[in-house]
Amino acid sequence: MQGSLCSIDRDAPPARRQSRRVVAWLAAALMPWLAALAVPAQAALDAAVVQGLAADDSDAKVAAIGRIVASGDPRALVVLQALGDDAAYTVEGGKRVAIEVGGALQDAVTGAAIDPVPADKDSIVINNRIRGVLSGALAALKLGSTDRAVRLAAARDLQGADSEELLPTIERALAAETDAEIRSKLLVAQATIAVGSQDPAVRLRAVQAMAQTDNPQVRQMLASMTTKQKDGSYAEADERVRAAAVAALGEINGRLRKYELLAGLFSGVSLGSVLLLAALGLAITYGLMGIINMAHGEFLMIGAYTTFVVQNLFRSLAPGWFGGYVLAAIPAAFLVSAIVGMLLERGVLRWLYGRPLETLLTTWGVSLLLIQACRSLFGPQNVEVENPGWMSGGIELAGGAVIPYNRIIIIGFAAIVVLLVWLLLTRTRMGLFVRGVTQNRSMASCTGVATHRIDMLTFGLGSGVAGLGGVALSQLGNVGPDLGQGYIVDSFMVVVLGGVGQLAGTIIAALGLGSVAKFLEPFSGAVLAKIFVLVAIILFIQKRPQGLFALKGRSAEA
Amino acid sequence: MSAIAFDTVVEAPRGLFSARAWAAIIVAAIVLLVVVPVLHLAVPADSPLHVSEFWVALLGKFMCYAVLALAMDMIWGYTGILSLGQGLFFALGGYAFGMYLMRQIGHDGVYQSDLPDFMVFLDWKAFPWYWKLTDHFAWAALWVVAAPGLLAFVFGFFAFRSRIKGVYFSIITQALTYAAMLAFFRNDMGFGGNNGFTDFKRVLGIPITAPGTRTVIYLLSGLYLLGALVMCQAIVRSKLGRVLTAIRDSESRLLFLGYRTLSFKLFVWTLAAVMSGIAGALYVPQVGIINPSEMSPANSIEIAIWAAVGGRGTLFGPVLGAFVVNGAKSWFTVAFPQFWLYFLGLLFVLVTLLLPRGLIGLAAQLRRRGGHPAADEAPIAAIAPAQAPASKA
Repeated sequence: MQGSLCSIDRDAPPARRQSRRVVAWLAAALMPWLAALAVPAQAALDAAVVQGLAADDSDAKVAAIGRIVASGDPRALVVLQALGDDAAYTVEGGKRVAIEVGGALQDAVTGAAIDPVPADKDSIVINNRIRGVLSGALAALKLGSTDRAVRLAAARDLQGADSEELLPTIERALAAETDAEIRSKLLVAQATIAVGSQDPAVRLRAVQAMAQTDNPQVRQMLASMTTKQKDGSYAEADERVRAAAVAALGEINGRLRKYELLAGLFSGVSLGSVLLLAALGLAITYGLMGIINMAHGEFLMIGAYTTFVVQNLFRSLAPGWFGGYVLAAIPAAFLVSAIVGMLLERGVLRWLYGRPLETLLTTWGVSLLLIQACRSLFGPQNVEVENPGWMSGGIELAGGAVIPYNRIIIIGFAAIVVLLVWLLLTRTRMGLFVRGVTQNRSMASCTGVATHRIDMLTFGLGSGVAGLGGVALSQLGNVGPDLGQGYIVDSFMVVVLGGVGQLAGTIIAALGLGSVAKFLEPFSGAVLAKIFVLVAIILFIQKRPQGLFALKGRSAEA
Repeated sequence: MSAIAFDTVVEAPRGLFSARAWAAIIVAAIVLLVVVPVLHLAVPADSPLHVSEFWVALLGKFMCYAVLALAMDMIWGYTGILSLGQGLFFALGGYAFGMYLMRQIGHDGVYQSDLPDFMVFLDWKAFPWYWKLTDHFAWAALWVVAAPGLLAFVFGFFAFRSRIKGVYFSIITQALTYAAMLAFFRNDMGFGGNNGFTDFKRVLGIPITAPGTRTVIYLLSGLYLLGALVMCQAIVRSKLGRVLTAIRDSESRLLFLGYRTLSFKLFVWTLAAVMSGIAGALYVPQVGIINPSEMSPANSIEIAIWAAVGGRGTLFGPVLGAFVVNGAKSWFTVAFPQFWLYFLGLLFVLVTLLLPRGLIGLAAQLRRRGGHPAADEAPIAAIAPAQAPASKA
């Protein structure tokens, strides 16, 4: 459509093309009322024409409305709007038309204030027929406006319209409109009206036109026309229209597929990056200590609640800096989660080394305690964490898919966290120790590594990374005491799939699981997708019990 | 594997249980299986000695839980495999029997249809194929055993064949349970979705809420618990039981000795699943509802703590633990609902930290106090660091 529009007048400069089109459109739009007026009048409203509104006869009023529209005067909109709002009056014994704008009476033609209000002020009454004409006239006027916002508002208003008389107006506006958003709104309005038409020919034309749009609403409309209802009949009775609808639907779907693929890939990566933040710490601690921390999900919860607290502090202490609270929440959440994690390791877990199954149960108990403590502190309801301004909104793709900024930022955030963890593990002395203890605890201990200190610090690191995941989660959805529970099974699956103590395995497993789940969702629904993934992992483990990236050598079998 | 040195009695005593154990069993059986039903049925309701319907249902429920704890003990306490899927098998048994109970409602549902209410609600016209024959009691009884048994056998075969063990196995069984829960939550599975099965009216044509029916189901649960206890003791005492314990203590050594541990593990895993399934089938008519929340991972983990509280690696311990923990739960959730999770959480932490042998072990510890306290405490604390290198897998 866009292409065919441009081809009308390729040689003219854009501005002139635009103005010429507006002129042409105006001329066409006014045909029903004033065919003779070939050149848009630059003159102001004619008092005699406006006077026609005061006529008793409906036909005279309709004619007057037509002339006012045709005048091209900016005041035409004001006058007709007032008429539609029942704010038009006759004064001076019906000789002069006045309108009320913002509570003050003014002359309809000149806009001069009439003060004091004359005693013989009388409302101009309009019937339903005139209202119908008026709404079309108003829409036509607004759609012809050079102000994009006015056109957009008019197009939006038209979406709720159902009067078939508006169809020619919309069609003409469509022919001239170049703004994609307004076009899409107009198309929906047109389709809605036309599909409801009694005339199959009108419906057929509408359906054919609908094939050109990517609007999801239109797509849904087409889909409902072509699906069988419960009683076996179709919503669309005419077979030819139905066939056209199927064809149109196919055309739209074909065009939208690549956007959907893109959006699907994006949401998969987005889910995967959240999973990655959730599972990264788990993978590190499991690799190092061989224990499964069932309370790991609760560190996500701690991170999210820390974000909530930081948000509230910013709101009450530094409202001007509110947008930056997320940045402050990142170190806060890391520290709080890391400290709680280290306390857990020192206070409880170190007594259980060498008893992984008992550790699993103990950490489950700790998770119950943390959840209940959170309920006592913050209440059982979800708390509200607001996106700062720079994280809300998104990039709109054709076909209604939106790529939200907060998800883009979280993908970037996850990438940075992974990079930092990788640097920490491969480029620092502590990382060297961590890798050493992971590979061979007793040998590391023999060479003087303080393994228990490394255990504590690593557990703190894993918990802290989970806290960072909590910050990310707080920006995506609800924050409640059960926040971590929803992620725990998925995080374990990432660890199981990725293999033990392997950063690369964890990354690939998280992104892969996220993408597979999101790709399955459209075909099977979210729940079945989850079940498929779980079953697939259980089967996968049959083949590779040590995960995708198994450690080689004796340490893997220990 | 496991770091705790259990006092495994090597010299086999004559008979299944010692005289003292028999005495305890008989006293408990008389109280639960004779006194309670008599006080419920024969004593008038206004008498202070009357045992109300509530208590009968509660005790009946606890006895089902006790079997569940026994099954957990067989697989975890004796064989060292922590299964987080016992709740799934329990619920499968419950669902299998629940299907029969749903068929027994007949036309007495809200919609007075052949189909259960939830199917009418979904606008289904006929029973799905897997509901065929569920109106026969024998068929239902078969599935109570077969559904958990088959699932456990197939899953266990593949899992054990791949040498999945330790926390890996726990996590995979938890994932299985979680997946099953999600599946059963779906309406189009044909198992009532969220609400599951409820509003049962009859079993074998007899009204299910009548005191007599309740008492019979209660008695069946009691006899089942007794039977399960005796059977487990027989297994534990046999050579088979010794092999199971050996798997727990050192599976690789056993493999080197030429045992095919796969079949042993598969046996005890399937047995535990079937035990849990039958417990579930007895549980459902007593509580009157089965829904997917029974499969939630939290429930399955709780079963492990019943066994741990009582003392795993013993048979009386888990039974005791199931009664104690669930008794505490019933009391707490009425008296201090907000503290129950604190209590449960602390129970998990403290029992694993301080009472690795549970209440039974504590009793033994207290008995021997003054004698050699160090000998008893030492292994738990001393073993930990030494075992650390072998902590993985």
